[in-house]
Amino acid sequence: MIPQLYSVRQIKQETHDTFTLELDPKDGTKTPSFEAGQFNMLYVFGVGEVPISISSDPTAPKYLMHTTREVGIVTKAMRKLKRGDMIGVRGPYGTHWPIEESAGSDIVIVAGGIGLAPLKPALCHLVARRENYGRVVLLYGTRSPNDILFQKELKQWRADFDLEVYVTVDRAIGSWRGNVGVVTTLIPKAPFDPLSSVALICGPEVMMRYTVQELVRRGVNHGKIHISMERNMKCGIGFCGHCQMEASFVCKDGPVFTYGALENIFGKREV
Amino acid sequence: MATSAKAASGPALIARENLQAVLDALTAKGYQPIGPSVRDGAIVYDEINSADDLPAGWTDEMSGGTYRLKRSGGSALFGYVIGPQSWKKYLHPPVIRLWKSHRTDCTFTISKNAEESPKLAFIGVRACELAAISVLDHVFLHGKFVDPIYRARRENILIIAVNCGQAATTCFCKSMKTGPRCVKGYDLALTELAEDGRHDFLAETGTPRGADILAAIPHKHATETDRESAARAWANADAQVTRTLDTTNIKELLLGNLEHPRWDQTAGRCLTCANCTMVCPTCFCTNIEDVTDLGGKNAERWRKWDSCFTLDFSYIFGGHVRQSAMSRYRQWMTHKLASWIDQFDCSGCVGCGRCITWCPVGIDITEEARAIRETDRSQKENADGNP
Repeated sequence: MIPQLYSVRQIKQETHDTFTLELDPKDGTKTPSFEAGQFNMLYVFGVGEVPISISSDPTAPKYLMHTTREVGIVTKAMRKLKRGDMIGVRGPYGTHWPIEESAGSDIVIVAGGIGLAPLKPALCHLVARRENYGRVVLLYGTRSPNDILFQKELKQWRADFDLEVYVTVDRAIGSWRGNVGVVTTLIPKAPFDPLSSVALICGPEVMMRYTVQELVRRGVNHGKIHISMERNMKCGIGFCGHCQMEASFVCKDGPVFTYGALENIFGKREV
Repeated sequence: MATSAKAASGPALIARENLQAVLDALTAKGYQPIGPSVRDGAIVYDEINSADDLPAGWTDEMSGGTYRLKRSGGSALFGYVIGPQSWKKYLHPPVIRLWKSHRTDCTFTISKNAEESPKLAFIGVRACELAAISVLDHVFLHGKFVDPIYRARRENILIIAVNCGQAATTCFCKSMKTGPRCVKGYDLALTELAEDGRHDFLAETGTPRGADILAAIPHKHATETDRESAARAWANADAQVTRTLDTTNIKELLLGNLEHPRWDQTAGRCLTCANCTMVCPTCFCTNIEDVTDLGGKNAERWRKWDSCFTLDFSYIFGGHVRQSAMSRYRQWMTHKLASWIDQFDCSGCVGCGRCITWCPVGIDITEEARAIRETDRSQKENADGNP
C-alpha cells in the first residue's frame, strides 16, 4: 500500500485538456512490466491519489506513460509537475486486454475520447506482433477534431502497419473532412468478420453500451466483447469497496471485463 | 505450551470470583483484556482491567430503531445481548494512518507507519460476532491481496467467547446459521450460569491457547448438573431467537429483483445516514484521506471507515454512479446478502440485528428480504412450473 517514487521525465500536452506523463523509477531500476489495459494508482504529494490506466508500449517498456485528462484536483496538480519532480506509483493493478489470447482473430477496437488511452498499449502490442492477427480495425470517436488523441501514432499505424483506422467526431469544425456522428455509426460498415473477431471497447459508459449493442447486432459473441469499466477507486486492491459493481471489484476483477460477465448489470441504472 | 494444552476431558467450571484470575492470566501473558462495559447508555467494548468493569446487572432491550439499557435485577455480568459496537473496531480500525511523507526540494520520501498491533484479548464475543470475525478473515486474508493491518491485528488477538443466555427480538442468527451457540472460532468459550443462587462459568476450550489460560486459573471439571444448567441457558437463548430470514437462493432472489418496486418504497424511509454500515460487524469499506500540514512539507495518508450510503462513495468524473437513496440501499442489502457470496464465499450478514436496532427509522433487513421474496419478480420460472 506504499507508493514507489517515480520521477517525471516529461509532460507532453496531447490535446487542449489531455496530457501524457512520462515517468522513470526514482532508483534507476527497470520500469516494471505490465499488461495492456492495467492501471496504476498515481499520487501527487499532498494532493491525492487517482487510478490512471497505463498508456505505454507493453512490448518495449522504456518508461511509464500515463495519458489523462485534466479534470480533478489530482490530475490538475499532475499537469503542473515539472521534469524531475517526484510522483508516487502503486501498481500495476487489474485485468488486461486479451491480446496474446486473441492471436489469429480479427481485432476491432472501439474507443471514445480519452478511452483511447487505455487501448494504446493494446494497439502497440498489435502493431508489434501484427503478423499474428487478422484484420485490425480501430473505430475512434471524439467530440470534435480538437479532441483526437495520438494523431501522430494514428497516422503511423495506419500507414505502416495495415491498421484500418476510422475516426468520427460528434461536431465537425473548420477543415474537418472526415466522418461526423457517434462512433457506433461506424460499426455496421467496419471491415471485420464478426464471427472471428475480438472487440475491445473503452469510452464513456453510455458509448460502450451502444457499442456493445451494435457489435452484438453484427454477431460478435458476448464473451469476445471486452469493455474497460471506470468506477471510484481508493485502494486498487479490493479493500475500500468503492468500485463494486454487484459482485465485481472493478479494481481487481476488472477494469477489463467481458461483456458476457457483466451482461446482467451492464447498463442497469445505478448498479 | 503443547504440554499444558492437554485435551480437556470435558468442559470446566470457573467460579464467578475467579473471573478476575482470568483477566490476570491474560494480562500475565501480555494481553490487554477488552470487554463489555457501560458507557453513554449502551454496552460498549473497551479496556477491562478488573472484573468489576463488566456490566453486572445490566441488560438490553432492542427492536427496530430502539435500544434501551436496563437493570436486570440479577447479577449476571453478560446478561445483555449485544451493543452497537463490534470487534471490527479493533481488527479494522475506524481511523488509521497508512503512511507519512516528507518533502524536500523536488523529491519526497514515504515512510511506512510503525504500526503496533497490540495483543488484545476479546472477552464476551457472541456467536454472531465470531462469525463476523470469520467473515472479515475472508475479506482481508483469503483473497488475491492481504490487508497487512488486519493481518497483524488478527494474529495478535485471543478470543474468549461468551454464549448468549438470552436473545433480543432483533436477533436472527439461527437463520444465518451463526448462533446463538458458539461452536468455533474461539480460544475459550464461557457460558454464564447465574441461577438458583449460583454464579459460575462453564468453560469450553477451543484451542491450545485457550487451554493455557484455563490451566493458569482455578477451575473444576464441570458436573452433569453444571452442564445441564448451561444447556438450559443455551436453550433459553435459542428459543428467544424468533426473527427469521429465509436464505434459500437469496442471491438469485435479490439479484433477480434489482428493478423491484420495493427498493423505492424502502428508500422512501431510508435517511442514508449510514448507521447500518457503521454498526455492521462485517461492513469493511473505507475512504482515503491525503492530508498535508500548513507548510506543505509533510503529508499523511489516512484510512477511515466509509459507507456505501454516502453520495461521494460512487463519484467518478461525470457524476455519481449511485445518486438515489434507492440505489444505495439496494447496493448495501444486495451486497450483504447476495453478491458477498460470490466475492467471499460466505454471506456478509451474520444475523446480529444491529442494522435493525440502530436504523433511526427501523428498516429491517429481514422484512425487506421477505417482502421481495413474497413478490418475486425475477425472470426465473416459477417453482410450480407455470410459465
